[in-house]
Amino acid sequence: MNADFTTDELQFEIEVQEFLQNDFPAEYREKVDAGIRLSKNELVRWQKILYKKGWAAPTWPTEYGGTGWTATQKHIFATEMGLIGAPEPVPFGMKMVAPVIMAYGSDEQKQRFLPDILESNVWWCQGYSEPNSGSDLASLKTSAVREGDEYVVNGSKTWNTYGQYADWIFCLVRTDTGVKKQEGISFLLIDMKTPGITLKPIVLLDGHAEVNEVFFDDVRVPASNLIGEENKGWTYAKVLLTHERTNISGVPRGKRRLASLKRLAGNTDDGFGNTMLANAAFRTKLAEVEIELQALEYSELRTLAALSVGKAPGPESSILKIVGTELAQEMDELFVDLAGYNCLPFVPEQFEDGFQGEAIGPGNTAAAALTYFNNRKLSIFGGSNEIQRNIISKAVLGL
Amino acid sequence: MDFSNTEEQQMLQESVQKFVQKSYDFDTRTQIIASEKGFSQENWDLFAELGWLTVPFREEDGGFGGSAVDLAVMMEEFGKAMLVEPFIAGAVLSGGVISEQGSAQQKAELLPKIMEGKLQLACAYAEPGSRFNLAHIKTSAIVTGDTVVLNGSKTAVLNGSNAEILLVVARESGAATDSEGISVFMVDAASTGVTIQAFANVDGKKSAEISLKDVSVPVTQRLGASGSALQALQGSVDRATLAVSAEAVGAMESLLHKTVEYSKTRKQFGTAIGTFQALQHRMADMFIECQLARSIVIMAAMKLDGGDEAIEKTKSVSAAKSRIGKAIQKVGQESIQIHGGIGMTEELDVGHLFKSITAAEIMFGNTDFHTQRFASL
Repeated sequence: MNADFTTDELQFEIEVQEFLQNDFPAEYREKVDAGIRLSKNELVRWQKILYKKGWAAPTWPTEYGGTGWTATQKHIFATEMGLIGAPEPVPFGMKMVAPVIMAYGSDEQKQRFLPDILESNVWWCQGYSEPNSGSDLASLKTSAVREGDEYVVNGSKTWNTYGQYADWIFCLVRTDTGVKKQEGISFLLIDMKTPGITLKPIVLLDGHAEVNEVFFDDVRVPASNLIGEENKGWTYAKVLLTHERTNISGVPRGKRRLASLKRLAGNTDDGFGNTMLANAAFRTKLAEVEIELQALEYSELRTLAALSVGKAPGPESSILKIVGTELAQEMDELFVDLAGYNCLPFVPEQFEDGFQGEAIGPGNTAAAALTYFNNRKLSIFGGSNEIQRNIISKAVLGL
Repeated sequence: MDFSNTEEQQMLQESVQKFVQKSYDFDTRTQIIASEKGFSQENWDLFAELGWLTVPFREEDGGFGGSAVDLAVMMEEFGKAMLVEPFIAGAVLSGGVISEQGSAQQKAELLPKIMEGKLQLACAYAEPGSRFNLAHIKTSAIVTGDTVVLNGSKTAVLNGSNAEILLVVARESGAATDSEGISVFMVDAASTGVTIQAFANVDGKKSAEISLKDVSVPVTQRLGASGSALQALQGSVDRATLAVSAEAVGAMESLLHKTVEYSKTRKQFGTAIGTFQALQHRMADMFIECQLARSIVIMAAMKLDGGDEAIEKTKSVSAAKSRIGKAIQKVGQESIQIHGGIGMTEELDVGHLFKSITAAEIMFGNTDFHTQRFASL
């Protein structure tokens, strides 16, 4: 039993570190540190830098232009990216729709869509949730009726992240209403420029319109955009949901945030002549978070080690999701705790790209509350943490 | 990176499992606890024969290798069956102190006897009022010529009533919490002035309160040099902390398993209670706690075996004990709650597993203590 990397893996780690030091734009790093959102153009530019290096798609097989890395190499890459604060690729194309196209798409679909995802020429978004279908996703109602060579789509999708930037959307649609709810669902790819699609931004608690509601009004979609067989969409969607659940724990980002919390605590007065780092109550909370992060890290390594000897990712990923998100939320609370009054001003525009005015509050402490509010999403999306507990109950405990 | 057991570790694990299956069911354990010694000499002899007593010791001391991972693998199986034999007290802790602090001659004389199962030891370090501070030693050791006279009170001395030799931690110089001035003396348990009050702890393991009144022993009975024992004691307590944490991981696994199985068979309102989501989520959380507990014990064991700085090793032990402590409360309390009334009874093993891990939470420093130690390092 050991947690050591091989010589080759250590060599790879150095290569990744050097690449990120040299090629992750310094101005992006400053923005990330200041809590400012990267724009679409910046995210795309970073993705293209990775593409040029051949590292755009660590999770893809080599035949589609992936890296062909081992589980450990992927882990090293994700760790170094997280430690330096480099954004991961926007997941909707790379991690969500691409694996489904690879597994169930036609050759024509693979050739048409995958290269543009790899090169970040096309931005994808997700059409899963509906206003009345949250955790009970299979109850979705958006309909697609076949008319000749087309499907006519009607309905609405919600919690659509960055749809305002997207060129394409992948959707779960109902193609049969007369069968069990899971058996009448199909997987459809839709061009966002198609007439009949409208977007309504949804402003979240942090003041930012990160998500949208998407309306489909007699939207005509070529039948050739159907993935696989009609009414098999739920099976494909489940593959997507279980695919690539590694790196879900956010350990590297957690380490980076922990270091930032310690730095900040060391520079924050507790008002009684000490720094917050020396404040007994705060120090205890900080220690608990650090310990939890270690327990999570070794849980992830154990999962990874199992993967690297060929075991399939199991429901263990549900643990990583639950613990990882709840820990991230605890860290949010600590940032709020440290910021004190400084996180009360609600001036969300100062964290938008291109803000020209004078920022309120020292450093990015004013972002603490906004991040705290925004990250409540972590335990809701990707299968709420209650759904994850259902999965553990059924798949692991056999209840 | 490889988190699977080596062939040797697997053999060790299977050998303990086989023993437990054959000779350590719940009723047998109950009888052992009720016996005069409170542990089975027959089992102890068998442990020696199977080589288990060599596991905590380094090869140069004649042991199996002293790997913390080996130790954890074994302790986890002990924990599942709640073994009460004084393995941690005698072999890991007392053996560790001798191995770390003893002179070559002292080691050569004592360690083989421990490994052969021929010598019972107890380490008397804790005192009333010391809580978990190892440096808080008031027991005095006054050296006059070739003799040392010991006076003081010791508490929570695991295996104290069965030990032939007590390793008494005493102060030769300095104030009550100084890290310098602490020595360890080997005291014949039958010496004049030694009073031993024996009892079983909530986990069934034998323990004792010991008072020392003008106990006189030759100064040659000191382990190693004068006043220098704290580091060795700390190192040995750290390993014992890891051992008890691994034991708790095993016991929690048992509890989870038993609770889930019970919920599948116990029917109320016409259905198995395990179909209720309110209980399913509690059991899912118990599972998560068990996994995190296991992960952090593996981490600490690997760090102890690895090449990190001493401070990192100590820190990882505290991280493990702190996290394990949280898991213990959650898993223990929920197990009883989900079992309902039957979980409260003495006749069911579940309550005893709860008591075992509750003792584990306190032994060698509780959750709060280790969280604070982690934060201060």
